[in-house]
Amino acid sequence: MIKHSKSFRCFQYVFAVVVTIFFLAPLYWLFISSISYRDDLITTPLKFIPPAVTFSRYVDVFANADNEMAYVFRKAMENSMIVSISVTMLALIVGNLAAYAFARLRFPFRKHLIYLFLFTYMIPPIVIVIPLYLILDSLKMLDQKLTLVLLYSSSVIPFVIWIMQSYFKSISREYEQAAEIDGCTKSQTLWYIILPIVRAGLVSTGILAFLIAWDEFFLSLIFTSTLNAKTISVAIAEFTGKHTIDYGMIATGGVIASLPPLIIAAVFQKYLIQGMTASGGTE
Amino acid sequence: MTNFGRKERIFALKIIAPAIIIVFGVVIVPLVVTFIYSFQNMELISANRGAFVGLDNYINILKSNDFWSSLWRTLYYSVASISLELILGVFIALLLNENLKGFGFLRVVIIFPWALPTIVNASMWKWIYHSSYGALNALLTQLGVIDKYQSWLGTPFSAMNMVIIADVWKMTPIVVVFCLATLQIVNKSSYEAAYVDGANAVQRFLFLTLPYLRSTILVLIVMRTLETFKAFDIFYIITRGGPANGTKVLTYEAYLKAFSNLQYSKGAVIAYLIAFIIALLTIAYTRILEKEEDII
Repeated sequence: MIKHSKSFRCFQYVFAVVVTIFFLAPLYWLFISSISYRDDLITTPLKFIPPAVTFSRYVDVFANADNEMAYVFRKAMENSMIVSISVTMLALIVGNLAAYAFARLRFPFRKHLIYLFLFTYMIPPIVIVIPLYLILDSLKMLDQKLTLVLLYSSSVIPFVIWIMQSYFKSISREYEQAAEIDGCTKSQTLWYIILPIVRAGLVSTGILAFLIAWDEFFLSLIFTSTLNAKTISVAIAEFTGKHTIDYGMIATGGVIASLPPLIIAAVFQKYLIQGMTASGGTE
Repeated sequence: MTNFGRKERIFALKIIAPAIIIVFGVVIVPLVVTFIYSFQNMELISANRGAFVGLDNYINILKSNDFWSSLWRTLYYSVASISLELILGVFIALLLNENLKGFGFLRVVIIFPWALPTIVNASMWKWIYHSSYGALNALLTQLGVIDKYQSWLGTPFSAMNMVIIADVWKMTPIVVVFCLATLQIVNKSSYEAAYVDGANAVQRFLFLTLPYLRSTILVLIVMRTLETFKAFDIFYIITRGGPANGTKVLTYEAYLKAFSNLQYSKGAVIAYLIAFIIALLTIAYTRILEKEEDII
């Protein structure tokens, strides 16, 4: 066992405390801003422990339709939820089918295709948005949730393919051979034998797919204009851009928008880390 | 056998088809059209709109100071963020790898900044940096570090560095997670052997830890370079490219050209130049993955 000197241990704990403060303080302030009275947020000297708190903004977001900002946040959250869940389902189904083929089957241009998918995942959306805007406009598809689902899927599907094919590759071929001998068709093998084995991979890929969709901003900024499809990122961005506004309300929107990813990060940490490292190809 | 191979090909085609239709259906046509735009005159007021102008658009952009200054800004942002994230991230990973008492909490919360949506992160930091009510000004004043409130986003250089801090706060956790995952499969006995042979902590770090982390760090560098070259959201929220264009990075420049000035061909050219850089990085990335995985 390596022995460290007392002063080194002490240094480690000091470093740990500084790191914890650095990473938690901004989150603390975001939350405090959301429950502070407006006047307390714009006083000098600022009090880091609020003299009084209020949860009225949260109540407004969930129950009050008269507060315009609160209403926008609620509708935008609903849109984000519908879009992100749809993208996750679609990308998991479509992406896994393709990933299995890439990992297990022999067919022409296999390698070219997989790099093409990887490239479409990597290219910045700015390269496609100019003509895409004109095309979607002429198809009357702007400002629709379905459009966002398709657009997001076009980058989330390659991501799912990229991660899942490495999971499929890691399974021993003997399972499939045994299934084949027992008379399973290829689709039955995939459904009953392979998918249950890669369940952990499916969970972590699904979580990351949801987080990518939830986090998306650029496409939603360009292709949505009303609450019909506007996502929470765009709603928060719009209010942040205005100057004379109650920051506490933006903070409330920020906290609510962060809850789904934060809950996922806390509850599914093991899967999340597994998925993150797999997506970097280091496993 | 050939019959079997044919069946396999058809089955493969069937299960890849949905992915091909959705992904390439959305991407390919716009990708090609943008490419064509980049060789056309798309100025809205021009008399010969739509005329092909060869490489003129590319030459004009490559000759313009605007392009080169946004490229340098992007590079500065990229290099500064990634270096800070790597240094901070590696040390935090080493710390957490020690399994000391009370570190379990830090291990769980360290991932929170990464999980925060990009827009929430940007908006939160913009509020923290606020020149009249911001928490940063309040904190530094109350600690006696500064004597009056500063306008952190008021000058180009300072604004860029503030965006970098916001990015480092959010993305350092990913370095921690990756390095920690690698460190945990490292053989602990080699450290003990080195310790017995008299290697001090610095030597163990340089000759054991860094080589172990080499491929992880390489992957992180390429991954983060790709992301920082595409960065848009954080600048859109915190600085809008300002002040005095001081934070106008490549993607933001392309966005402004296309959607604010409606100069489609200029936007398309910059977009393609970004895509070109991204393509090079992607190739580097796959090369590293293939090479490193052979070594390990």
